[in-house]
Amino acid sequence: MLRIEYAYWLIAAFLIYAGWRNLRDRHLWHAAFWLVLGVLFGGGDYVLAQQAAGNALPAQLAGAAVIVLALLAPRLGRLAHPESSSPAQRLASAVRLGHRLFVPALLIPLVTLLVALCGAYMVIDGHAVFAAPQMTLTGLALACVVALFAASRVAQVPMREGVAEGRRLLDAIGWAALLPLLLAALGQVFTQSGVGAAIAGLAGMLLPTGSALACLLAFALGMVLFTVIMGNAFAAFPVMMAGIGLPLLIRQYGADPAILGSMGMLCGYCGTLLTPMAADFNLVPAALLELRSPYGVIRAQVASALAILATTIVLMWLLVFR
Amino acid sequence: MNYWPLLGVAVIVVGFALRFNAVPVVVGAALVSGLLAGLPLPALLALLGQSFVSARMLLLFVLTLPAIGLLERAGLREHAQRWMARLQGMTLARLLIGYLLLRQLLAMLGLTGVAGPAQTVRPLLAPMAEAAAEKILPTLDDADRDELRAVAAATDNIGRFFGEDVFIALGAVLLIQGFYAQHGIVLTPLAIALWALPTAIAAFVIQSVRVWLVQRRLQRRAARVHAGEGS
Repeated sequence: MLRIEYAYWLIAAFLIYAGWRNLRDRHLWHAAFWLVLGVLFGGGDYVLAQQAAGNALPAQLAGAAVIVLALLAPRLGRLAHPESSSPAQRLASAVRLGHRLFVPALLIPLVTLLVALCGAYMVIDGHAVFAAPQMTLTGLALACVVALFAASRVAQVPMREGVAEGRRLLDAIGWAALLPLLLAALGQVFTQSGVGAAIAGLAGMLLPTGSALACLLAFALGMVLFTVIMGNAFAAFPVMMAGIGLPLLIRQYGADPAILGSMGMLCGYCGTLLTPMAADFNLVPAALLELRSPYGVIRAQVASALAILATTIVLMWLLVFR
Repeated sequence: MNYWPLLGVAVIVVGFALRFNAVPVVVGAALVSGLLAGLPLPALLALLGQSFVSARMLLLFVLTLPAIGLLERAGLREHAQRWMARLQGMTLARLLIGYLLLRQLLAMLGLTGVAGPAQTVRPLLAPMAEAAAEKILPTLDDADRDELRAVAAATDNIGRFFGEDVFIALGAVLLIQGFYAQHGIVLTPLAIALWALPTAIAAFVIQSVRVWLVQRRLQRRAARVHAGEGS
């Protein structure tokens, strides 16, 4: 049975390979960074299992490893590996291979789609092929392996060359790859240390309760602001709902809960488009696309995000108090 | 109420504003908030480590890199650009708006992992967008290319975000339903998901206009270059 844990082990192997290659090239900071991260990925299941069994030591070591990564990250300068092929070679290869080049690239979304849609029905010998948790992501990992295999067939290049190219791209992305995980961990720490409750407490002191419109604006803009701080609308929703949405808008002013909940969440999504805290949507793509500014994607989203937010607030005002 | 953990938020704001490396800033913020909340250091370390390894799925995109790196070495981007240049009637706006529609519809079916910055934007959409822009203005500079790639990534994000809330079995709708259920308000997921449709349509229109404006600006610059050559 294919489980998401296999994908994590695959990532661990890739990270350790990247670390080892950097060690051979004497890029010692990069080597240390990827090796520590690789070990964290490989040992992740053990950490979670031990934590569940009541042994906190592996989790504490993992926490210490995260701090080591934070100390290593500023030492990773931009590492520009020389291009492994010239533009002329790539063009000649493009002309020779033509549309066949699209096949492996399209296999990534198509195999993922296939597993997402049909994975639940794939059974061999009475055993499910895919484990139910995170099935789409397991499918994505499988799709990446299939695509690498197909790419090496199409380009007539051994697969290890692909792994080497992957390591080149990974070094170009660098520490930005780590931010989504760190911000998810930060969200957990914020929740446990009562940051959300403290913000709700402060908001409660400042809050206008005099009119329905003022409450609605405070709710919508609070969703945006809180999402910008936490990087995630899901963290903002319960706080803003418990602080303003439920007691004031629904109970006092009779707002429709379905509309308020749905559109309030979407106000938060507009905040996600604006914040570097949502690193996986905003900073990682900027690194992947090799933009010169890490905030390039956010800048391209500001105008649309504000227009969508304004539209949603107007729609809410028109619809929730019908 | 203990307000001291809020200093963790201040660490983030100041760190990002001063453009420090984001990794130590985020870890520092977590340590500040946790310690000021009175968590003992061993418990804080365990919380940090456990939360980090629980979020491992967020690094899954690196598995796309070997296949994409190999294809790019074999000329994938060059081929995408040459193909775009040959396609009659495929403009920058049509490409990005078509992708936006597809991404939104897939997200509405719950298929958010099918496309994304690593899966589709870097290998396919971004080079095609650059090639479509080159058809309008052949002399793109680096800033133009950065902007086109950023707009492609933005289109991907907006399509995903404002499609996924319409799908009934995905995180957001279930979170909303769960919150209300805890507080004694019973709603079906469908009732919540349907009210994401107006914003989904608005987001599609707004981002389409945005893409069209990018295209029009390129066309105007091309017209000026052309007029300059003619005189």
